[in-house]
Amino acid sequence: MDDTPSTPRSDLKPIQISERTRPGSSTRDIVFDVQKLSLHYGSTLAISEITVPIYKNHVTAFIGPSGCGKSTFIRCLNRMNDLVPIARVTGQVLYHGQDLYGPTVDPVQVRRHIGMVFQKPNPFPKSIYDNIAWGLKILGKKDNLDDRVEQALRKAALWDEVKDRLKSSGLALSGGQQQRLCIARAIAIEPDVILMDEPASALDPISTTRIEDLIHELKQDYTIAIVTHNMQQAARVADMTAFFSLDVSEGRRAGVLVEYDETTTIFTRPADKRTEDYVTGRFG
Amino acid sequence: MSTLPTSANGPDVPPIFHVDRRLKRRKIVNRLMEGVSTLAALLAVAVLVLLVGSVVVRGASAFNGAFFTQVASGDFLNPAGGGIAHAIVGSAVIVLLATLIAVPVGVLVAIYTSEFARPQVAGIVRLCLDVLNGIPSIVIGIFIFGLLVVGRGQAAWIASVALSVIMLPLIARSTQEVLTLVPLTLREAALGVGVAKWRMVIGIVIPASLGGIMTGVSLAIARVAGETAPILFTSSIAVNQISTDVSHALQTIPVLIFTYSESPEPADHAKAWGGAILLIGFVLFTSVLSRMLMSRMKRRLEGGARGELLGRVTGLLGLFRRPSA
Repeated sequence: MDDTPSTPRSDLKPIQISERTRPGSSTRDIVFDVQKLSLHYGSTLAISEITVPIYKNHVTAFIGPSGCGKSTFIRCLNRMNDLVPIARVTGQVLYHGQDLYGPTVDPVQVRRHIGMVFQKPNPFPKSIYDNIAWGLKILGKKDNLDDRVEQALRKAALWDEVKDRLKSSGLALSGGQQQRLCIARAIAIEPDVILMDEPASALDPISTTRIEDLIHELKQDYTIAIVTHNMQQAARVADMTAFFSLDVSEGRRAGVLVEYDETTTIFTRPADKRTEDYVTGRFG
Repeated sequence: MSTLPTSANGPDVPPIFHVDRRLKRRKIVNRLMEGVSTLAALLAVAVLVLLVGSVVVRGASAFNGAFFTQVASGDFLNPAGGGIAHAIVGSAVIVLLATLIAVPVGVLVAIYTSEFARPQVAGIVRLCLDVLNGIPSIVIGIFIFGLLVVGRGQAAWIASVALSVIMLPLIARSTQEVLTLVPLTLREAALGVGVAKWRMVIGIVIPASLGGIMTGVSLAIARVAGETAPILFTSSIAVNQISTDVSHALQTIPVLIFTYSESPEPADHAKAWGGAILLIGFVLFTSVLSRMLMSRMKRRLEGGARGELLGRVTGLLGLFRRPSA
């Protein structure tokens, strides 16, 4: 275990994580060790005491009904919520043992290690080439720029479609191509983790399949956390699945983590009644 | 019942859409509203056509090669000779320098308020800019006169400073509006690749909104190119020579129109009208140019909320009303 020994594990919510389906998985490394993470927007609690480990080279899916804080949660993992002035985070997000919200941590540095792909494809209004090269140049990765751009586009399964028109605008691509361009842009800066916030929700089924195939390939090199409201998608792409729900007890409406386990377990033998209701379609 | 049309089902079934008196009145009021508002729209167009038409009719006689290339002749025997080249050059120099001063400051103010300032502070700055925008240009003129002209004498650069004070709130406010049009998703995309905020602003936000910023700048240029009051204080006592030396007063088109219109010489009146044509032509040109720039920006941000953008642009043009000076 790459986990920090200083972190007391005894106070965690007892989450049963099945170790059966992956041989050798008992030695899997933890990339994110999220401890009792809560987020307030102003005085409103949005997500409450989320505790979840995210494993290296795994695809971890976050599913749940709308408004249960999945996106809010995943945006805590690269400090994207810092852009919201009223957002306040408590608890810890240990990234390879270091608290991302520690006093000396610069969010800009965090995002160089933890890339993100957003719900709506958002290429820069620049050429396809510059969409990828822009970040590289600023981050000082200027050597072999052409190679880096090509490798990123190849990894994102977009190279063959765009190699003859690298100078044309990224916005001229189709929605699915734009999203793969955004994935290429995230890959290019050589992150350790890629966060995906409903990356296929704005795409047609064929584009969605391509993105899902891509996720399968990318997990060889990266750790992937993906938010999706599409349960089939989670079942197809994810090794681990976390089910979020909205806790409306005590007069509050906050997102909570209900269950976290191997994806097959979540979909076939969920431990919690709420998870079962959701994955069987009785609710949500 | 006899006035009602009979239904297909027979005379006993009342038709659903029968015409009663209330409906008739509603129709008349509707027609009336439509007519009155159409008339008002026609009036606005007519005012512009009349204005441009009369200026062109009276000024066209002054238009010849010499008008654009020569300075005032000063020849009493040939009062129609000579031109206003010195005023054209003077106006160009003063407005160019004013633009060079106002654009960087105005754009930086806008970047501060929309990217870095806390919302309360941004609100205060915005209010200050609106107040500054509402200050009559004669007041700005006398302020700059007291500040820079007294004890030093007139100079073209002082006129540029005065004009830049007028341009500053226009450019800052229009740039602010345009910066808010850059979608949040684009900012997130930039920050998501791990760049600092200022890099995001310079590398993504500014290029994406460049067309809109240029729109504001060109409208501000059009606005100050015709400003007269501040220039009367700062650059009106000028020799009739083509010069680009900003340390002396330079002749300008608006001041030339003002002085020539009071001249006893009818040929000077024609030159004043000719200068007016130039100013109108310049405003027309910048208006068309700014529309082209704005639509270019819209195309670049294709996919971002388009309808909203159009609405904002219309609102933006409202900033450029001319306060009576």
